[in-house]
Amino acid sequence: MTTLDSVPLETGENPAGDGSGIPPAPPRPRTLSYKPIRPRDFKPSDVGLLLAAAAAAFSIIWIVFDQLTLLSGEFGFVVCWAAVFLLLYWFVNFQLYGRHVAIDRFLGALVTFGALCMMTPLVLLVVYVFVKGWPLLSWNRFVQTQQGVGPLSPASKGGFAHAIVGTLEQVALAAIMGIPIALLTAVFLNEVGGKITGAIRVVVTAMSGTPAILAGVFIYSIWVLTVKEYSGFAASMALAILLLPTVTRGTEEVLRIVHNDLREASAALGAPEWRTVWSVVLPTARSGLVTSILLGIAVSIGETAPLIMTVFGAQVMNANPFRNPQAALPLVVYQEIKLPQASAVALGYTASLVLFILVFTIFVLARILGSNWLQGVARGRSKSDGNDASDIEEDLMSTVLAPAMSMDRGDDRP
Amino acid sequence: MSTISPPQPAPVRHTPLKLTVSRSRADRVYRRVTWVAAVSTFIILVLIGVFLYLRARPAFEHMGYWGFLTTQVWNLSGPHPTFGVGSALVGSIILAVIALIIAVPVSICTALFINEYAPRKLFGFLPLKGLLTSMVDLMAAIPSVIYGLWGFFVLQSSMKGLSRWLSDHMSFVPGFKVQTPVYTSSLLIAGTLVGIMIMPIITALCREVFSLTPNGEREGALSLGASRARVIRDVVFPFSKGGMIGAIMLGLGRALGEAIAVSIIISLTFSAPNHLLQPGGNSIPALIADRFGSGGKLGAAGLLAAGLVLFIMTLMVNLVAANIVARQAKKRA
Amino acid sequence: MTVSDIESDDRLVASSASKAMRGSDPLTGVAGELVAQGVCAWFSGRLVLEDVNLRMERSRVTALIGPSGCGKSTFLRIMNRMHETVNGAQLAGSVELNGEDIYDPSQRATYVRRHIGMVFQRPNPFPAMSIEQNVMAGLRFNKIKSASKSDVIEEALTKAGLWTEVKDRLKDLGGALSGGQQQRLCIARALAIRPSVLLMDEPCSALDPASTLRIEQTISEVSHEVTVVIVTHNMQQANRVSDSCAFFLAEEGQPGRIVEEAPTEKMFSDPDDPRTLDYVNGRFG
Repeated sequence: MTTLDSVPLETGENPAGDGSGIPPAPPRPRTLSYKPIRPRDFKPSDVGLLLAAAAAAFSIIWIVFDQLTLLSGEFGFVVCWAAVFLLLYWFVNFQLYGRHVAIDRFLGALVTFGALCMMTPLVLLVVYVFVKGWPLLSWNRFVQTQQGVGPLSPASKGGFAHAIVGTLEQVALAAIMGIPIALLTAVFLNEVGGKITGAIRVVVTAMSGTPAILAGVFIYSIWVLTVKEYSGFAASMALAILLLPTVTRGTEEVLRIVHNDLREASAALGAPEWRTVWSVVLPTARSGLVTSILLGIAVSIGETAPLIMTVFGAQVMNANPFRNPQAALPLVVYQEIKLPQASAVALGYTASLVLFILVFTIFVLARILGSNWLQGVARGRSKSDGNDASDIEEDLMSTVLAPAMSMDRGDDRP
Repeated sequence: MSTISPPQPAPVRHTPLKLTVSRSRADRVYRRVTWVAAVSTFIILVLIGVFLYLRARPAFEHMGYWGFLTTQVWNLSGPHPTFGVGSALVGSIILAVIALIIAVPVSICTALFINEYAPRKLFGFLPLKGLLTSMVDLMAAIPSVIYGLWGFFVLQSSMKGLSRWLSDHMSFVPGFKVQTPVYTSSLLIAGTLVGIMIMPIITALCREVFSLTPNGEREGALSLGASRARVIRDVVFPFSKGGMIGAIMLGLGRALGEAIAVSIIISLTFSAPNHLLQPGGNSIPALIADRFGSGGKLGAAGLLAAGLVLFIMTLMVNLVAANIVARQAKKRA
Repeated sequence: MTVSDIESDDRLVASSASKAMRGSDPLTGVAGELVAQGVCAWFSGRLVLEDVNLRMERSRVTALIGPSGCGKSTFLRIMNRMHETVNGAQLAGSVELNGEDIYDPSQRATYVRRHIGMVFQRPNPFPAMSIEQNVMAGLRFNKIKSASKSDVIEEALTKAGLWTEVKDRLKDLGGALSGGQQQRLCIARALAIRPSVLLMDEPCSALDPASTLRIEQTISEVSHEVTVVIVTHNMQQANRVSDSCAFFLAEEGQPGRIVEEAPTEKMFSDPDDPRTLDYVNGRFG
């Protein structure tokens, strides 16, 4: 028998006739080119139908709208247009294809409208924040504070450097305090287990639904009232409470995805439990962990309610998070936009733009890192269940961001 | 030498071994540390409840439990301060109802669209499904203060027209009648904004539940000639009922607890709200955010008492939601 | 009974236990002899294996054959104390490695597994580690010091028949290999710590024929220094690779038992039990 060691294998082709013991494959016919067909329910003529109905509805409403004074303004126009479009669409489909198709298409259009209703505010909001904030954004916003800015100051004076410093410090402290506990809790829930696992899961669920303002109220009553001082540290404690359930859930989900085969392989090599978790499970889940953590941070950067009663806000720079009130970016927005002065509103707009960009960047980063992980590393759920990598990734984000209920999938691991 | 076992061995009682696990010290430390972390989350939750109650007690002693829950005004000055969350409680519930009315249909439609209707690649290259899912998740991550800002400047002016139309033509609906034609800072606008804010949560969860519908059931319906809408109605919805309800309840919890956006829009009033379109209204989180710092010691106690009420409400909603989903999951499994 | 429900009792560890299983030796691998007596297994109260007695001889390859579902894999997992990691799993009987009971209360499961290695049905290299890190994983987990890391890696990969294919990309990630290569990496990983026994649970069932042949060659090459116990569905494989076979069968509603145990030649040419004859002739499976 020849040594197989030198023969490259795994190409799917047979190393024909080299004595490997496997018969060579029969010669394959020259490949013909096939043109794929894609059977479609919604043919191009149906697209035309849709557009025609939309155009017709638009024209009708345009002519009739001013006659009907019931609704007014653009909002009313759009509502009428949508209603007439749906009616027309249903009617035409009914005539052409019959009742079943008409109902199906009508419902499809309705669902699409619903989705549009949701996406529209988001788009409008983002556009608004940029349009309003960008022109007012200038370099001095990032380096000045509100020190010396009075009610009569021009809109371009002042800045939120102190708020940026405050937010960064508060979030950093919150992360330092909250993330280790969250990770350890997730490891406990998924790897160690015990009689209290179910109860702790309920606790994490309950915590994730707790309103942000209550975290602030809690820290206020337990710390601020006792110490008699507002501080950035108090805010970070409240933020830590808020990011704890988010990171725990996300991490638990990520650990669950790590295939049990790997734990078994590690155990079979003689590794103790902690070693398996440290050297195999956590590195395998690394990118997913980073995603969870980043998402937790993104959410806690934007929280305003707990800041009101813990850090209180300030007009001047205070780089010490442990003493005295500090400013914070979301707090600046909250406190300035309702004031009558143009300078205050301008500050609010620019601060909200910066805040949005910050959150968005972290969010995008989390998503990019998450998908790298899933393409390279996750096993088990990927092929056999018919989900592909992007589905798993979407589930991860939703689970982390929305305080999800734990769907009890029943572990069979102790 | 080969051995043959007897064809039908007499039943023998075997008793399992009792194995003792001996762990290395590192393992025991690891287990103990993670256990401590997990228990500390429990302790934090309990501490929240306990401390809220302790610091809120003066308020309850002053007003009585029932009195606190039903009194509408918030008067901390004068010789006989009277205060209670009556108006705030009603306002919170009204806001939550409006938010749900707006959010639930739209969220479910969006979740259905993303999961059932959206093509994976629109025009061959645009990853529509992934893009929409990302947008929904982004919506959930946007800080509530930015929603408040947009709501205050944009939504409010857009909805003025709608409010006027409602009060002019549908004043028979309770709450739509107005005394003066001022339509800003109303519960309707705040409720709509909160509805927009809870949409991504409900959508994300519903989408996840829809995607878990077993392919087998779907294909069974399709092979009988069911249209897409039919499959949704007869396969996806029954399967996802528990998850949807859970999602809605979580949205409800979030709506009850929203402080910032509401306090930016609403100008607080302290009577039982009987008008939705006029300025005024109340909600417990907005009350806490707004009145924080005023009222002295009794005022602080009162706000903490309000916080306790909110805590209990959201806790119940969340636990019921988790319970419904867990039961649905168990039934399926 | 789960691992976490069991009391941990560290005092017993200090008491005397076989040196062969204490992990005090670095990498001197000597093939060991495994003897199972009266082994029974339960899953959540249901008896799945009854009264299995088997001697797996030193430096030999023993194949466990039989139709699916009759407890071969369960028996294999009892050999290296992996059975107890499943919720609701219980066992009875004794398993001795070179005369020492691996289920003795003073034994640590981790020590047992260091000396009785396992290769699984689906290749499971650690995806976050490189090829060389995968091979060295067992040494790291057990804190075994080796004189020369590269020597250990080369030797293990050569024994597994993977060295020439990956010697230039040792730093690539373990998951980047093909299925057959991954399984050979797992074998190298298991062999690197020089266990006394290597348990293989249908290692080739997910692989193509060329990889299968290569792995069978590995088995025959290493069997003089590692006792091999292999579960296989493929009778031709059992015939090619093993020195002796044990035929497992679970009849209707009964737990699995060993019907016959014989040297391979006899098992496939002239077994004593009619059921064995039927099975090896493919009349049922």
